[in-house]
Amino acid sequence: MAQSADAKAYNAKVYVTLRPSVLDPAGTAVRSGLSHMGYDNVSKVRIGKYIEVELTAESEVAAKSQLDKICDQLLANPVIENYRIEILEAVAV
Amino acid sequence: MKFGVIVFPGANCDRDIAYILRDILGQPTRMVWHEDSDLSDVDVVVVPGGFSYGDYLRCGAIAQFSPAMRSTVAHAKQGKQVMGICNGFQVLTEMGLLPGALVRNRDLHFVCDRIPMTVERNDLPWTQGYQQGQVITLPIAHGEGCYFADDDTIKSLEDNNQVLFRYCDANGKASDTANPNGSLNNIAGICNRAGNVLGMMPHPERAADAALGNTDGLALFKGLLEGLTSSAKVAA
Repeated sequence: MAQSADAKAYNAKVYVTLRPSVLDPAGTAVRSGLSHMGYDNVSKVRIGKYIEVELTAESEVAAKSQLDKICDQLLANPVIENYRIEILEAVAV
Repeated sequence: MKFGVIVFPGANCDRDIAYILRDILGQPTRMVWHEDSDLSDVDVVVVPGGFSYGDYLRCGAIAQFSPAMRSTVAHAKQGKQVMGICNGFQVLTEMGLLPGALVRNRDLHFVCDRIPMTVERNDLPWTQGYQQGQVITLPIAHGEGCYFADDDTIKSLEDNNQVLFRYCDANGKASDTANPNGSLNNIAGICNRAGNVLGMMPHPERAADAALGNTDGLALFKGLLEGLTSSAKVAA
């Protein structure tokens, strides 16, 4: 995508989680493991994905807009997953 | 009928199905590399089982953006036949050609077994080789084959008779104990509303050569050929 020379670098953190209505057998298995370890106060474990994305964009709004599209199209499957995005402007080294 | 079998990096059932189509059924079959986009000579597109792109991110998630799959969408929109088996079913749901999603099996196990299932309707080319309600046994082999969709989608699938195969016990009853992976409503295979796109987790191509001891899958391919050949004659 064409960007002007003053496009900024951003670091994004994307959290993809299973929708509450979707069973998470892996999370249940981990909870069961914790219970075996003696952590019997842990009532629930849900496992999701954490994805780091580095990108350039004209503004934080533009970066967010593009990341929304990326999540809707590929990083998350809206049938089974939700996502949340955090964006930070990258510090120049 | 000419078949096109999409070949992804990581696919491993592509040659199995080509063997059935070419050698058992004698149909012209072309392997279509995922970077090819020309499907113009193909009547039926087959999206085979395996682990396309290593199943990275989610099963079938990355395959949907390949040139061959973009052409498969156009192929389906023309009303032509598309069938996805196992990973192919996952790809078709990821790209929205079929509703719902395939998630991790209920009991976390990769299930590799021969499983009975009912044929729910037989008025489509996909299933016209069977009797309605017939119990057939097909191999399954998957870790993420638990069919999931929201309540409205499940209702719409059932209302429109889009469930073609349903896991059942030996007597044809779709019970929870006969459900190998936790699929909602014991769903093993569905079609789209128009009926030209099929997705199923079981492997009919692994039960279509008598040498393997089970030919319950062969009727799917034979019925499909008969159905499409007769409709081609009507069109001509």
